Amino acid sequence: MDLLLDGFQTALTPENLLFAALGVLLGTAVGVLPGIGPAMTLALLLPVTYSVGADSAIIMFAGIYYGGMYGGSTTSILLNTPGESSSVITAIEGNKMAKAGRAAQALATAAIGSFVAGSIATALLWIVTPQVADIVVTLGSPSYFALMVLALFAVTAVLGASKLRGFIALFLGLAIGLVGTSTGQARLTFGQPLLADGIDIVVVAVALFAIGEALWVAAHLRRKPLEIIPVGEPWMSRDDWGRSWRPWLRGTAYGFPFGALPAGGAELPTFLSYATEKRLSKHPEEFGKGAIEGVAGPEAANNASAAGTLVPLLALGLPTTATAAIMLVALQGYGFQTGPTLMDDHPDLVWGLLASLFVANALLLVLNLPMAPLWAKLLRIPRPYLYAGILFFASLGAYSVNFQAFDLALLLVIGVLGFFMRRFGIPVLPLIIGVILGPKLEEQLTTALQISQGDVSTLWSEPVAVVVYVVIALLLLAMAVTGLRRPAPAEPAAAATNDEKELVER
Amino acid sequence: MNRPAITPTCIVAAYSADRYGEAAVEHAAGLARRDRARLVVVNATLGSSLVDTRFAPDADIAALRDRLAADGLEVVVRHDVVSDVADAVVAAAAEENAELIVVGIRHRTPVGKLLLGSVAQRIILEARCPVLAVKPD
Repeated sequence: MDLLLDGFQTALTPENLLFAALGVLLGTAVGVLPGIGPAMTLALLLPVTYSVGADSAIIMFAGIYYGGMYGGSTTSILLNTPGESSSVITAIEGNKMAKAGRAAQALATAAIGSFVAGSIATALLWIVTPQVADIVVTLGSPSYFALMVLALFAVTAVLGASKLRGFIALFLGLAIGLVGTSTGQARLTFGQPLLADGIDIVVVAVALFAIGEALWVAAHLRRKPLEIIPVGEPWMSRDDWGRSWRPWLRGTAYGFPFGALPAGGAELPTFLSYATEKRLSKHPEEFGKGAIEGVAGPEAANNASAAGTLVPLLALGLPTTATAAIMLVALQGYGFQTGPTLMDDHPDLVWGLLASLFVANALLLVLNLPMAPLWAKLLRIPRPYLYAGILFFASLGAYSVNFQAFDLALLLVIGVLGFFMRRFGIPVLPLIIGVILGPKLEEQLTTALQISQGDVSTLWSEPVAVVVYVVIALLLLAMAVTGLRRPAPAEPAAAATNDEKELVER
Repeated sequence: MNRPAITPTCIVAAYSADRYGEAAVEHAAGLARRDRARLVVVNATLGSSLVDTRFAPDADIAALRDRLAADGLEVVVRHDVVSDVADAVVAAAAEENAELIVVGIRHRTPVGKLLLGSVAQRIILEARCPVLAVKPD
């Protein structure tokens, strides 16, 4: 409790409050713009971490993370273009509401639902994270190795629509992570001394998220503008409140555990929440035509799961979303040892972050309810100006890592890779997680095998490791069974809803 | 009212989905009715931003076309994504052999003109035929 109060003390200093406000403003702005997500923003802002204190930077990043979610729902509702994969459901039901003239109510239930879910989930974080960290800190390398394998497997196979594409991305990521001489021998350096230190993760992240996206937009620059639904200030009637509060709570209950699992992700809980609300609703006939429950539940689930993903990030050092992955990079950039010891070594930082989540959430509600029409105006920015700015900051960011012109060449190469991944529908998330976790995975494996003096059976010598492998086996089995039952799997709902996908991974 | 020096057989109206564009279309429609001229309504966008409120939705364009046609006018609507809006209007006038272009004009601060330019000004300067500049009431 003392730690939490200390955390609030850190979060509420004028300077950090300013960074939190900056973060939520920036986060909402990038969330509103389809194609530019919090992950890209964090990647572009990584150079900021060189000159700003760790607590301020992390607090700002957390604000961007939460803000992106709020902004994404605005775009989903008004434009029917989900800014991120977890807003797909919001787009379905919310846009129907908006078309029926209930845009203000849809925005309000999304914003207030996000606040409720975010607050509850943040409180859960305060309770769960330290306990998980206490358990994890006792684990040895074999268990840690197993958990990482699970995270990689889940992010690749469970979350994406296509397993094959997921694994292509994962192995690309692991290959990029291998580059360098960290193990003493040169791997994939092609005799190029500049590659000896490996490819900096900042360059990879900026290239994939910013350059890849910019090239994609440049290739599809001129197209018919989308029709936006004009909206006033969001508000809700008493009836809307009555129909919203239960879906908010149920959505939170779905979202947080899914986010907190190392196999997290916000898509599944939003789909589950939508299905549940459809079954429980007193107005099932409204679903598909703009039911407020269908916005309230998934939107709450989305936010709760976003908070939940901070559990594996802070307690285990395992990111399960792209944004969390970049936050991990930032923490490592400050020289912090991420993993279970982070909470004990730097309680001020972690609790400052946890407290600031609450501050960010409150700021977002205050900012977003009255400012929704203003945010919608951002969509009118001509994209050439926007992406010129993004390219500038991307190049600046990549160059400032090592002040090597070579990094700019790498940036372009990986950016082109990102463009083609987008072109062929290969998800980016497994790649970025692969780049980050690959070297750590190897490190844990080496440690485990050093302790056991080369005996491979040490990998399943700990109970936790065995349990994790069983879980992976069960997941594989489930995949095989569903694969056999449905030889030609139906197109996922997400792909069917909008042919021009603008989804970004968080 | 004095008759203008020309009696156009085809009039181009530069339409943006706001009150300036509506003023232009209304004025052009009035002239077309009087002179029994063809009316070409041009509503174009660069398509470079996600949302362009001056680019009318398809449903609104259809409604506009029906309303003008019901008025007894011979009307063509060009509703396109183009690389330059002013060029599109001038080109439409050249292709349709229009004798008059009607544009809606607005106040622009010097800074606004510097940053955004003025489609109306470019149409006025670049058109090969007379241009009528109108203001909303």
